[in-house]
Amino acid sequence: MSFSHLSRRGFLKGTAAVVGAATVPNLGFAASDSPLTVGFIYVGPKDDFGYNQAHAEGAAAVKAMEGVTVVEEENVAETIDVQKSMESMINFDEAKLLFPTSFGYFDPHVLSVAPDHPDVRFQHAAGLWSEGMPTNVGSYFGYIGMGQYLNGITAGHATTTKKIGFVAAKPIPQVLLNINSFLLGARQVDPDITCQVIFTGEWSLAVKEAEATNALADAGCDVITCHVDGPKVVMETAAGRDCFVCGYHANQSPLAPEKYLTGAEWNWAGVYTGMVQTVLGGGTIDNFVRGGLADGFIKMSPLGPAVSDASRAQFETVKAEIMTGGFTAIKGPLKDNSGNVIAADGEGFAEDDIALESMDYLVEGVIGSTS
Amino acid sequence: MTLSVSEGTPSARPILGLAGVARKSEAVLLPIGALLAGFAAFSLFLLAQGKSPADFFALVYRAGFGTAFSWENTLSRAAPLLLAALCVALPARLGLVVIGGEGAIVLGGVGAGFAGVLLYGTPALIALPIMLSTAMAIGAIWIGAVGALRHYRGVNETIASLLMAYIAIALMNHLVEGPLRDPASLNKPSTAPLDESLRVGNMPGWDVHWGLAFGVIACLLTWVLIEKTTWGFAARIAGGNARAAQVQGLPVGKLIVGFTALGGALAGLAGFFEVAAVHGSANGSLASGYGYTGILIAFLARHNPLAIIPVAVLLAGFEASSGLVQRRMDLPDATVLVLQGFVFISILMSETLYGRFKIFAPERWRSG
Repeated sequence: MSFSHLSRRGFLKGTAAVVGAATVPNLGFAASDSPLTVGFIYVGPKDDFGYNQAHAEGAAAVKAMEGVTVVEEENVAETIDVQKSMESMINFDEAKLLFPTSFGYFDPHVLSVAPDHPDVRFQHAAGLWSEGMPTNVGSYFGYIGMGQYLNGITAGHATTTKKIGFVAAKPIPQVLLNINSFLLGARQVDPDITCQVIFTGEWSLAVKEAEATNALADAGCDVITCHVDGPKVVMETAAGRDCFVCGYHANQSPLAPEKYLTGAEWNWAGVYTGMVQTVLGGGTIDNFVRGGLADGFIKMSPLGPAVSDASRAQFETVKAEIMTGGFTAIKGPLKDNSGNVIAADGEGFAEDDIALESMDYLVEGVIGSTS
Repeated sequence: MTLSVSEGTPSARPILGLAGVARKSEAVLLPIGALLAGFAAFSLFLLAQGKSPADFFALVYRAGFGTAFSWENTLSRAAPLLLAALCVALPARLGLVVIGGEGAIVLGGVGAGFAGVLLYGTPALIALPIMLSTAMAIGAIWIGAVGALRHYRGVNETIASLLMAYIAIALMNHLVEGPLRDPASLNKPSTAPLDESLRVGNMPGWDVHWGLAFGVIACLLTWVLIEKTTWGFAARIAGGNARAAQVQGLPVGKLIVGFTALGGALAGLAGFFEVAAVHGSANGSLASGYGYTGILIAFLARHNPLAIIPVAVLLAGFEASSGLVQRRMDLPDATVLVLQGFVFISILMSETLYGRFKIFAPERWRSG
């Protein structure tokens, strides 16, 4: 019958297409035609309004560069999956520069794949490259704690309850530095302000993030920020509870246009295009790269409509100070929230002090515990 | 179908082998048919998205099975899945639906990691078996407890195992971020890294770790256990009708606890390999969902340990191809999950077709 005739023809067409596709090496994809293929790997979705989106915005900037092909993969777990994704990009796409962007990719995954591919460069965000590790691995990061310090200044002006809140993923050094900086920024406005922190225990756990945000609002916090992979839930929940919000990772102002004060954002576009330019020019990227607001590694979201003139003035003053480099937010006299001295009067840790990358305390005024 | 069967009937009768082949082929041809039907339905889905199914399957083939690297990628991913699937398939022979193998994997991994820390400096020949048996013992206790709760307390094993998986993950997080944390693991809380000599390497000649060999051997041995031993026979009887088995004097309680514990031990073994062969320490990455993919594989394999091997390799191949599909076709990573869903539903639906096709039932060839 005509029906079977049709399906047979369809089958033949399909088969021919399969055979045809299998014999065309690139499936119409000109990965090998451009001088450099760059691979980006994300642990979550590229449009998470957070950590992954910040990196994807960097990738988009690289995509616009001449002579570069970008390949991307999202939702890649920190298991053997990421090792195979990196090798797949090397094998099938001839990628020569890889950006596996999640914290958890570094050890052991990047460190175990890199020695087998000496002609490929692995650039890892937040990793701590040190002498003795493969030389085709590099780690880079930004002093985003200073962005949270600026967030804190706008929060200090906006709060009426003198209580601000922080939804945090895990009590690890980077997160602790952000919490401490947020409070210390707010205390530049009013030394009586306290910051309550709730740890969710996971980088991405929407239900707990919403619960934590509601709990902070219930406790009287009226400005909330966070350090989780995707701040979307925290921003929307907090704004729904009539709290002001400060963003993190990327610009979340579209989620809460009226309530958004400002945000500490990564500026990976500038960093990544610079690194790709170095590789295109035949140069080598340094193995250990760090930078702050002054170096274009981070940026601040435009100030929102709720920011007062006094707030704006102080924000701009401090920002200008940070722009000169080497800013010290963690400075004495300073105690942690169980009374131990962190820094005596006159002492301090500048933004580029490597000691900050092993922070294990919450400063006085932060309500919460690291364990 | 009726037509071709009646044509073949006269000559089929004298050849005894043909009837046997026809009977056996049902178990192979029906799942393959269902698989193809799932592919076909998924192709319609792709067409609706404006993407070419031919390109898709060509990419899946290329990235999952087309090159030596593809096979290494696929088999590396299959290794934990084999063991995770056995944790579902073994209790299933007793009629139990255990879906919490993830818990045994993560706690087995923590046990192996911590044992490895305690055994720092011990020769690998002594330390590795201890780490391995620690992981297996913890897994056995964890899932064995599910079986015991089921038999002695009447607690639903499906719910209990799932909830216990959440407890296990919380316990793991507590341990690796608290008492067992290596203070040097700053941004990724982990147990202390294993000594280099306690790392399990790759099998000679290819980039696939030893977990694969252990997984395949475990599938073969459990198949022998189920199909060729009196224990397996007793388990299948108890799975068919627990009360009848008890009336016959079979130790149903011991069988249930034994089979769930064995399944848990194998899931714990998967945790051992994740720590010793992949991560080098126990940390939050242990909870990466292998236990849940194992459920899918066990059901697709109809809880037959031998069938688990090809099914696990097939699903691992799909997952291995996910990256290339994303990169070349600009499809989201969930595409491969959708494919798995189509295949899963199609194969489950095919369950109702067993015994309906005369071609597989020689005794009905005459009457056709």
